[in-house]
Amino acid sequence: MVQMNSVRMVYDSSGTEALHGVDLDIHDGEFVFLVGPSGSGKTTIIKLLTGEVHAAGGEITVNGFDMMRIKRRKLPFLRRTLGVIFQDFRLIDKMTVYDNVAFAMRVVGASNAAIRERVPYVLELVGLKGREKRYPQELSGGEQQRVAIARALVNSPRMIIADEPTGNLDPVRSLELMLLLEKINEMGTTLLVVTHEKELVNAFSKRVVAINEGKIISDGMDGYFSYEIE
Amino acid sequence: MRLNRLGYLIKSGFTGIFSHGLMSFATVTITMACLIIMGSFGLLVVNINELIADLEEENEVVAFIDENLSEEEARAVQPLIEAVPNVSGAEFVTREQAMEDFQADYDDDMFEYLDASTFRHRYIIHLTDISLMQQTKQDIEAVDGVADVRAHLEYAEIFITVRNVVSIVSLALIIILIVVSFFIMTNTIKLATFTRREEIAIMRMVGASNGFIRCPFIIEGLVLGLVGGLLAFAIEIALYSLLLGKVVGGVAAGLFSLLPVSAVMWPMLICFVGVGVLVGVFGGSSAIRNYLKV
Repeated sequence: MVQMNSVRMVYDSSGTEALHGVDLDIHDGEFVFLVGPSGSGKTTIIKLLTGEVHAAGGEITVNGFDMMRIKRRKLPFLRRTLGVIFQDFRLIDKMTVYDNVAFAMRVVGASNAAIRERVPYVLELVGLKGREKRYPQELSGGEQQRVAIARALVNSPRMIIADEPTGNLDPVRSLELMLLLEKINEMGTTLLVVTHEKELVNAFSKRVVAINEGKIISDGMDGYFSYEIE
Repeated sequence: MRLNRLGYLIKSGFTGIFSHGLMSFATVTITMACLIIMGSFGLLVVNINELIADLEEENEVVAFIDENLSEEEARAVQPLIEAVPNVSGAEFVTREQAMEDFQADYDDDMFEYLDASTFRHRYIIHLTDISLMQQTKQDIEAVDGVADVRAHLEYAEIFITVRNVVSIVSLALIIILIVVSFFIMTNTIKLATFTRREEIAIMRMVGASNGFIRCPFIIEGLVLGLVGGLLAFAIEIALYSLLLGKVVGGVAAGLFSLLPVSAVMWPMLICFVGVGVLVGVFGGSSAIRNYLKV
């Protein structure tokens, strides 16, 4: 669950005000698209939610963590409630598919038995059964992104944040991937998907939040269109 | 911490060492070289201190008693001399004994018919600290019954100066070398953090604690420091044994003595391994620090 009230964000280095009073609520189990042009503040919102940057003002709560007052040593515990997926997959090349996913469990202290049980289940869920021993560079872009999804999913996060997850994929793979994310959402995980792709957003009847120049300009079930008229 | 995590962390640490083997080799070599230089100066200081302690033992002050005093009266001066500050002991020598020692030293017929009355009763005095010799000499001269005091002030001053200079130079060198080792160690481990920066980013993203992320790099530093320390120890001991054999046992036999290997071995091992490990652990934590800020 995410609650953002009047959030302002200024980057210290450049002094740029990236967000001017953003209000955004995402409830448990929702599937939300966050759309907007480059530099509109989408990535800033993601960084605020994952605790990579701190807001200049307002209130932010993520899965029960008060992001305005969170201590640095508590950040790992916040991040264990989130799964993050990036456009460039961010897999570790020298690890197999299995190890890339198992790694995420190992670093948060899961037992070997739990890893052996959970990783094959998640890999099967994302459609990578039989690919366990492959290395990322042996896989297609779509498959690599599925590994990243499996890794995000393996620690059972309450929410998955996907930053342009289909940016490097062709339209067919993009649609498949989005269907996979929808399936994950239906299993109970909250989804926040940041994207540019109009057709993809319009293919799903989901809530669409549009942002431009650091302000939310529309929020509803009307698809990408509401943002385009701006 | 569960065993499999510990295994993973140790394995990651070793992976770091071998993933940039040449730099690791360079780090071990430089740590080792710094430790050997530090150790050599340390040994120099320890041996000079030992030598000075020996010389302090041997460096006697001789107090001559007024020739008008009888032996009885001369002996009565002993408690007065022993009461002087910095005097560790005084040994009475009669004029007859002094003459015999003199004749024995020169072993010459010329002195055969020497009369004991030529000599004065005297005390051989040992000091606690030779750096205070000047003051102590004056204090003994002030004792009733003492006619004259002979003390080799110039030797004492030379010993003290040598000891001070060597101690200061060694200390400065040791500090410089520790700092150098630390920076080399930090830079090597920074390479490890650089080659693994994506892994670190992913670890952070999935919620690994800072301690967990830091651990492999600290292990890497610890292992490099430990290996450097042990190698330096082995080489230093070998060099020192060689020095003992060739110089003290050979060329300079009888001129001066050095501490035996057994006396310096354990303190040296503890110092080398301790400094190596500390430099490694702090180098490792310092290298990873920038990655843990967010």
